Amino acid sequence: MGYILEMRNISKSFGEVQSLSNVDFRVGENEIVGLLGDNGAGKSTLIKIVTGYYRPDSGEIYFRGKKVENLTVPKARELGVETVYQERALAELQTLWRNIFLGRELSNRLGVLDIRKMKEETHRLMVDKMGYTSSAVNPDSVIKTFSGGEKQGVAITRALYFHADLIILDEPTMGLSLQETRKLLDFVRDIKAAGKSAIFIDHNVFHVYSVADRVVVLDRGRVAGEFQTKDITLDDLMEKMYRVAQTGSLD
Amino acid sequence: MTAHVRNQSQEVPQSLWGSRIVPFARKNGLQIGIVGVLFGLWILFIVGAPDTFLKSDIYRALMTSTPYWGVIALPLTMVIIAGDIDLSFISIMAVGMVVFWQVYDWTGSLGVAFAGCLASGFLVGLLNGIIVVGLGIPPLIATIGTQFFWRGVVEVVREGQGESLVIARGTVLRDVLVGKIGGYIPAQLIWMVLIALAVWFLLNRHKFGAHTYLIGDNEASARLMGVNVGRTRMLLFALVGLAAAFGGVVQSLDVWYFWPNLGEGYLMNTLAAVFLGGTSVFGGTGTILGTFVGCFIIGAIQPGIIAIGLTGYWTKLIYGLIITVSVAMHTVLRKRIS
Repeated sequence: MGYILEMRNISKSFGEVQSLSNVDFRVGENEIVGLLGDNGAGKSTLIKIVTGYYRPDSGEIYFRGKKVENLTVPKARELGVETVYQERALAELQTLWRNIFLGRELSNRLGVLDIRKMKEETHRLMVDKMGYTSSAVNPDSVIKTFSGGEKQGVAITRALYFHADLIILDEPTMGLSLQETRKLLDFVRDIKAAGKSAIFIDHNVFHVYSVADRVVVLDRGRVAGEFQTKDITLDDLMEKMYRVAQTGSLD
Repeated sequence: MTAHVRNQSQEVPQSLWGSRIVPFARKNGLQIGIVGVLFGLWILFIVGAPDTFLKSDIYRALMTSTPYWGVIALPLTMVIIAGDIDLSFISIMAVGMVVFWQVYDWTGSLGVAFAGCLASGFLVGLLNGIIVVGLGIPPLIATIGTQFFWRGVVEVVREGQGESLVIARGTVLRDVLVGKIGGYIPAQLIWMVLIALAVWFLLNRHKFGAHTYLIGDNEASARLMGVNVGRTRMLLFALVGLAAAFGGVVQSLDVWYFWPNLGEGYLMNTLAAVFLGGTSVFGGTGTILGTFVGCFIIGAIQPGIIAIGLTGYWTKLIYGLIITVSVAMHTVLRKRIS
């Protein structure tokens, strides 16, 4: 299997705190990788390196087998990485259409916005992807008035719209109702069905286990272990997670 | 059946009201509000002092002097939408004129002097941006510092000396900047309208403005989404500097004299106009129309107070009240919505 993303020997520290040390991490083509770990395990740091937000202190990053130097946010996007940072990455006081095109507004060469096109596209996405039919919500609605699930829907639709090949979901079920969580997990399965890859980060082992092909467990900045979900039962995985949290070792 | 009929008869008037008027009012509530305040105040002044407010002199005075600082309030609105603030523009007005005079002294050309003045305003503004963004100093503190620093530079260089600008008599530059159109409308008013349109376009129809709103709303998100936050904020400070230099030239040419204390006394009006216009002190929201109207309300208050028989001592009290009330109102509204 080819890898869409390969990270070798990644280390990153913030001052005194060693957030990641010598981490190897891969995502295969059309693979859903669950990333598990306690608070402070380094999940977010690892993800922010993939998206170009942080630079690693050392280590190498390969996309589709090609080494990438000086990864930046726009560069990562060009390579097809899209992140669903859940609702905190939305601009609450702005309208829906502005949020869909956040930081990537459709414009001509001089930077003049194509507002009509953006509103039309937003409307189309709302009907086709988000399943909105109510006239109370339209492209000019302000995000602040949306529910948690609706906001999540906006973040996910945004990722889909831009044809990402590797979609990163950073604790996407946080604050969602049961119904909304189910919808979200279905969406992750859609990613798989569409032939794309994803990294799914969550505290909840059940959620990750139910959608991931492979699970990577991080602990205190190191990879503590990885398992194919088809080779391990949920109970065993839970057991190992508890052991890691207590002893720092899987066995 | 009756229920059905009743239902229909309710829906028909509601559809126009519900689908057009209510959403329009909700979306533009603040702008409608500020225009309402303008007319309310106007009627108050006309009733209170008909001798003044039914004659053209007062309107000529308003059109003449409001643009001096109004042109700065417009880009300042963008800075505040981005969640920053600039208090140093009053000194940049004078810095621009020092450069204007110096370059004129060297080259003998008013055009080159004007260009040099604008460039210096842009650069001093950019320096504010570099200090705030590069060093991470809160803009309130940083621009109090630069306000004093640049006023100090002006005082040291000029040693308190002003400069007569009669040299500009009959020149194209003066006619274009502060001439009277049809013998009545001051050119600076046209400039203020043009700058308002340009800033409105930048804010609402250009990527730069989209990023400005985004930064003020959720800076972390702007970074995650790949917006160059630092460059945008720095450029915003530079635009205020540019506008301040422009305002400084306009006022100086209009009164035929460059006073080294040029700009002093404009800080409160300019900020009051922006906040009164509905721009949030927390960033993320604000409109150019609001600021534009806010400028003329603020501009009318001082003459209005005096005309209706209060003393000039009331001016500051009322400006202070306006800033406090409009900021407080905005905060309360914001909390109620969320």
